[in-house]
Amino acid sequence: MSSPDAGLLVALVGNPNTGKSTLFNALTGLRQRVGNYPGVTVSRKSGTCDLGDGQKVELVDLPGLYSLAAASPDEQVVIDALSGNIAGDRRPDAVVMVVDATNLLRNLFLASQVAELGLPLVLVLNQADVAKEQGLRIDTELLSRRLGGVPVILTSAWKGEGIPEVRRGLAEALSRRTPMKRVVWPTDIAGALADVAQAASTDTGKAISAADAQRLLFDTNASTAERLGWTLERREKPVRSARERVRNSGYNPMAAEPLVHYAQLRVALDGVVAEGLGKAGRTAAVDRLLLHRVLGPVLFLGIMLGFFASVFWLAKFPMDWIQLGVDWTKGVVAPPLEPYPMLQSLVADGILGGVGAFLVFLPQILILFLFIGILEDSGYMARAAFIMDRLFSWCGLNGKSFVPMLSGFACAIPSLLSTRTIEDPKARLATAFVVPFMSCSARFPIYALMCAAFIGPLYGPGWESLVMVGMHCVGLVFAVPTAFVLTRLVLKVKPQPFVLELPRYQMPKPRDVVWRMWQNAAEFVSKAGTVIFAITIIVWALSYFPRDASVAERIRAEHPTESAEKVKARVQAAYVEQSYMGRFGKAIQPAFDPLGFDWKITVGVLASFPAREVIVSTLGVTYSVGEGAEADSQDLRKAMQDAKWTEGPRTGSPIFSLAAVLALMVFFALCSQCGPTIATLAQETGGWKWAAGSFVYMTTLAWIVSMAVYQFVIRLT
Amino acid sequence: MTPLSQLLPGQFGKLASLNPERGVDQRLMALGLLPGMVLKLIRKAPLGDPLAIEFCGQVVSLRLAEAENLIVDVSADCPIQRPRQP
Ligand SMILES: Nc1nc2c(ncn2[C@@H]2O[C@H](COP(=O)(O)OP(=O)(O)O)[C@@H](O)[C@H]2O)c(=O)[nH]1
Ligand SMILES: [Mg+2]
Repeated sequence: MSSPDAGLLVALVGNPNTGKSTLFNALTGLRQRVGNYPGVTVSRKSGTCDLGDGQKVELVDLPGLYSLAAASPDEQVVIDALSGNIAGDRRPDAVVMVVDATNLLRNLFLASQVAELGLPLVLVLNQADVAKEQGLRIDTELLSRRLGGVPVILTSAWKGEGIPEVRRGLAEALSRRTPMKRVVWPTDIAGALADVAQAASTDTGKAISAADAQRLLFDTNASTAERLGWTLERREKPVRSARERVRNSGYNPMAAEPLVHYAQLRVALDGVVAEGLGKAGRTAAVDRLLLHRVLGPVLFLGIMLGFFASVFWLAKFPMDWIQLGVDWTKGVVAPPLEPYPMLQSLVADGILGGVGAFLVFLPQILILFLFIGILEDSGYMARAAFIMDRLFSWCGLNGKSFVPMLSGFACAIPSLLSTRTIEDPKARLATAFVVPFMSCSARFPIYALMCAAFIGPLYGPGWESLVMVGMHCVGLVFAVPTAFVLTRLVLKVKPQPFVLELPRYQMPKPRDVVWRMWQNAAEFVSKAGTVIFAITIIVWALSYFPRDASVAERIRAEHPTESAEKVKARVQAAYVEQSYMGRFGKAIQPAFDPLGFDWKITVGVLASFPAREVIVSTLGVTYSVGEGAEADSQDLRKAMQDAKWTEGPRTGSPIFSLAAVLALMVFFALCSQCGPTIATLAQETGGWKWAAGSFVYMTTLAWIVSMAVYQFVIRLT
Repeated sequence: MTPLSQLLPGQFGKLASLNPERGVDQRLMALGLLPGMVLKLIRKAPLGDPLAIEFCGQVVSLRLAEAENLIVDVSADCPIQRPRQP
């Protein structure tokens, strides 16, 4: 992880939304690397920063946090990173503390905690443009003196103002190694800290830093003690008596830290900020409208519908072009390969099919990321969470689950990545678990095919639309109880309180939003792309081999009078039937018999596990209408309408009865059939355990519900 | 002495006590909400929960159930120390 030429490591620390990432981009330019911290789903973004004098340092952008009393995994990473407790990572040599210039007091609390780590520090007061607009004048020299002489620099990261000064300040901090002035603890608290440090050091044989002693004394969570290997039975007594000592001096031990820090920061800030005449922000006024009792929800629905409709509408065109492009490429590369049928099929169906299946969703994914970025940067995301929280809190999720779940109706992958904005690890995991239930756009083709071929012709367009809408709700109906059970009974993680800052509204910067969209998409392509590609090739191979020439000869002999095209489709169907996939499908068809699926549907279901939209083209092959069948293909509809059972008790009756049609759609609504989703879920939940759990759960649930639907409807009709 | 959850939108109060053992209160303290601090209930969400409160020049949302343990004094002469609007 370390960069060889730099040697020095500098960490960016600060509250959420202060502009750390913006400053990081400004300082490093495009020389960035994105990785993951080991064992947790927190990404580690690092880059090389030039200090202006030829010296280069490695800069890491840490997650935002309000306090070092770590409660969430993101916060724990910051603490571990700052104290050098991350495997493969060094302890930083200096800290660039990014604070919001318009709210110095609150921001400096974290700075003051970080100061306890004793690292050289540069204080960056960002968003100077906003401070100026509000009429705030900040005496940076006075503040620097009050804080022990650390460089204090006023910047506007998004305008690029003050960036050279940050480089210079950092060089100065690294050479002079000035730490920030530390808090002065009242005598009894200082004594209690010394007691804890002494006891911990005796028990563990390790040197205990001042910062660690504070975490041991002040925090309810035990992560620091666990890291130091200080066991509960050994620490219980000394920690209790040290806290007693704090309590006897008049401080609640759990409140002492913020009380002491804030009291001293108020003194340090006295006279630093002069409030002149400025424009009152528009945030309060906009909130009066957007969070209005009646208008708020109406506007919210409007914004979300607009957001969602435009994802589909805007993505439609590039998706069509990509499809055309893939088909065109197939048309170009396939004919010259005619003499080598296996190679031709590998290229056309395997490779191009895989790349195509993956690429068509890219526009939707990009546009989703774009919209999520706009919602976040404008400040509306927090308001959406505020409005929706009540609807989600009862089942263990929170308001921040809303946008990932809504986006799930387009595509689960960006939605899973957007669950990162949920701080509460419990709600985050539960949201990630239910997102794949949302009816993503890859489910649309099978609903469309079934409704157009059966529901519409039999019951009229009214029912057809109703079933379409109903199918989009099936997943949601099962997702809510799933989240409820998961958060109440299964997940043993302690929930985090839902305390959410409602930041000021701001015009999103196109460059930032596009840049983030690009980074997310690149991460998706590199991670999920390889998985889906590999799975597609495997499925292709399973349905291509074995390929005995005698099969084709037999079919041609059996149907001497038919057109060449018809025969070709029959040959293809015959090959699939005796391929490994076909044999496997036939073998396990009895498992799907209670759902009313024949072996052809079963093969389609199996082939759709990597990517569910494959079902339509697979049915095209197994029902001998040739590949390239689409949801609106008349031939496929006809073939399916005419299909009858040829064996077993149902011989002679249509395969696609109303019961089977509904069962098939419900199965696709609930089943876990998307390789990239599973891969992304594994990545976002920090291991394959939850991904495997999701796969087993969704697939089992799909089978059970679909079976119930079939058995119920077949008895009614 | 009133629980924060019973404040009316627009009403100010001075924080009298909180429960530092609880996670929510620890979060709020980190954000600067300490006893003696003036806060204002700005509004409730359209469905009545959560609440948006303002203190130290920032607006923070918290759930009704979690606001019950925060006791505020509404009689104190608060508006003088009124936090600046962000
Ligand atoms: N007005 C203003 N906005 C900024 C500035 N720097 C960052 N922002 C915006 O503040 C928001 C949060 O920035 P980001 O870098 O993501 O913050 P982080 O959460 O600390 O990484 C984004 O909408 C930025 O565009 C600045 O100097 N001035
Ligand atoms: Mg950031």
